[in-house]
Amino acid sequence: MTRRARPARARAPARGLLEHFSAWLTRHAQVAVSSLGQLTRTPGATSMTTLLIGIALALPASLHVSVESVRAVMAAWDRSTQVSVFLKTEVDDRKAAALGEAVSRWPEVDAVHVLTRAEALAEYRTFSGMGELVDSLDANPLPAVLLVQPHPGPTPGSGSPGTPGAPGALVDRLAALPEADGAQFDLEWVRRLQAIAGLGERTATVLAGALGLAVLLVIANTTRMTIQGRRDEIEISKLFGATDAFVRRPFLYTGLWYGVLGGIAAWLCLGAVGLALGGPVARLAALYGSDFRLQGMGAGVGAALVLGGGLLGLLGAWLAVSRYLRAVKP
Amino acid sequence: MITFDDVSKSYPNGHQALSHVSLHVDAGEMIFVTGHSGAGKSTLLRLVGLIERSTQGQVIVGGQNLGKLSPRRVPYYRRRVGITFQDHRLLTDRTVFDNVALPLVIAGYSHRETGRRVRAALDHVGLLGKERHLPESLSGGEQQRVGIARAVVNRPAVLLADEPTGNLDPELSREVMRLFVRFQQVGVTVLIASHHLDLIRQMGKRILSLQSGRLATDSGQPLP
Ligand SMILES: Nc1ncnc2c1ncn2[C@@H]1O[C@H](COP(=O)(O)OP(=O)(O)O)[C@@H](O)[C@H]1O
Ligand SMILES: [Mg+2]
Repeated sequence: MTRRARPARARAPARGLLEHFSAWLTRHAQVAVSSLGQLTRTPGATSMTTLLIGIALALPASLHVSVESVRAVMAAWDRSTQVSVFLKTEVDDRKAAALGEAVSRWPEVDAVHVLTRAEALAEYRTFSGMGELVDSLDANPLPAVLLVQPHPGPTPGSGSPGTPGAPGALVDRLAALPEADGAQFDLEWVRRLQAIAGLGERTATVLAGALGLAVLLVIANTTRMTIQGRRDEIEISKLFGATDAFVRRPFLYTGLWYGVLGGIAAWLCLGAVGLALGGPVARLAALYGSDFRLQGMGAGVGAALVLGGGLLGLLGAWLAVSRYLRAVKP
Repeated sequence: MITFDDVSKSYPNGHQALSHVSLHVDAGEMIFVTGHSGAGKSTLLRLVGLIERSTQGQVIVGGQNLGKLSPRRVPYYRRRVGITFQDHRLLTDRTVFDNVALPLVIAGYSHRETGRRVRAALDHVGLLGKERHLPESLSGGEQQRVGIARAVVNRPAVLLADEPTGNLDPELSREVMRLFVRFQQVGVTVLIASHHLDLIRQMGKRILSLQSGRLATDSGQPLP
């Protein structure tokens, strides 16, 4: 086109960079607002989709929060786990009591309970169900036992909370006592619970992957249907020089809005779960000396949900529009 | 301005809509393309508007060889060509104003500039009072004029009109044609496909006639 200079072109160099940027920003803001407005015009469909996305996001998030709760409570249990020190049989009750006294003054020890040989036997008789056998013995075969309560505070040199055997140094020190035959944590069951929590965490990750994919597909499909309803508009826009980016833009914003609204819905769901479970969990935690609280309403979780939802929304819409644009390529 | 050099077009179904067409249109010229239904008039216009690409030969518009234009550049080329359609292709859920503004919105014009140009274009076609109307509430002739306003709003150098008088009565048809003459007078190259031979003969402009995709006669220059 030679004769008539394109007005926009002719003016472009005169326009400053800032003006270009502000025009670009205005354009985006307009599309963002108008696509949100479009959503509010179909409140039924919008809230259904939003809720669907919200639930899909809330499921793995709530599982994650639950596992975190169990972990935190277990960290408290860890510290309250006692160490059993089995003394040699030649150590008599008096020596055992003196040793108990000495150990209870160690900085990493909270309290020591001494189980005398007679008490140990009595306990064994009661709990083993082999009372007759015990009665038929001439001598008491059981050693005295020190039940050592580690200090609940963070032990120097302990690993991250929730790692069993963190105060392993204490066990080693107790086992090294000349009077001791051996020392061990009563923590087999803690290990099992931890394995279960690990499984829960893994499940939450897998679930997050699967439901994230579901959210992606929901938004892609919703976008696809919106495109079907606006095919004329897209086609006509392309006839008048719309770029793929121009066609894509409103759908990307719609996808983004769906994702963000879904993330907020998920956050509210978690908040509701937190309100329902918060009391009991806090009481349970308090029993174990932990000040743990369910973090469902935390800003971090909320931000992650909104951000994750928004990204999935963008990606889902992008996939749907790109597929369509490829199919209608002139 | 527009040059066809041995251009053929076959649609993907194998149908040959244009065969070995060569022609040249000067800048600022107004030219009619006529022929029976199915002769290839719309196809010729679509090649100039780059809605379709030729399958053989070269189409050159404003010095630009359209066959060499990458798909990424196609939208920017289309912004320099105005086009109207036989079935109007207006957005039924948008006002007249929004329909005419579409090419400017696409090109990223400012709000104020868009409003100014849309009103100027509507003024040209005599529809200034109808900017808030929906297309459905307008007559066929008025809808066609909305389409024309949308085609010229971006001040294109080339204006393509496919059967602009399709189902209008003779008086309205002449009115629309006079409108195109006015655009030619300000320097626009105008290409109009129409099968209303009587009407276009009255206009006294160059006439190309197509027969089964071949250029049959050209009133402007003798065929080789
Ligand atoms: N998109 C298309 N796909 C296949 N064939 C087409 C297409 N468009 C037009 N045709 C065929 O090409 C020939 C020319 O069509 P067209 O250019 O529309 O003619 P006119 O506008 O003169 O009526 C016709 O036979 C028509 O059936
Ligand atoms: Mg036609």
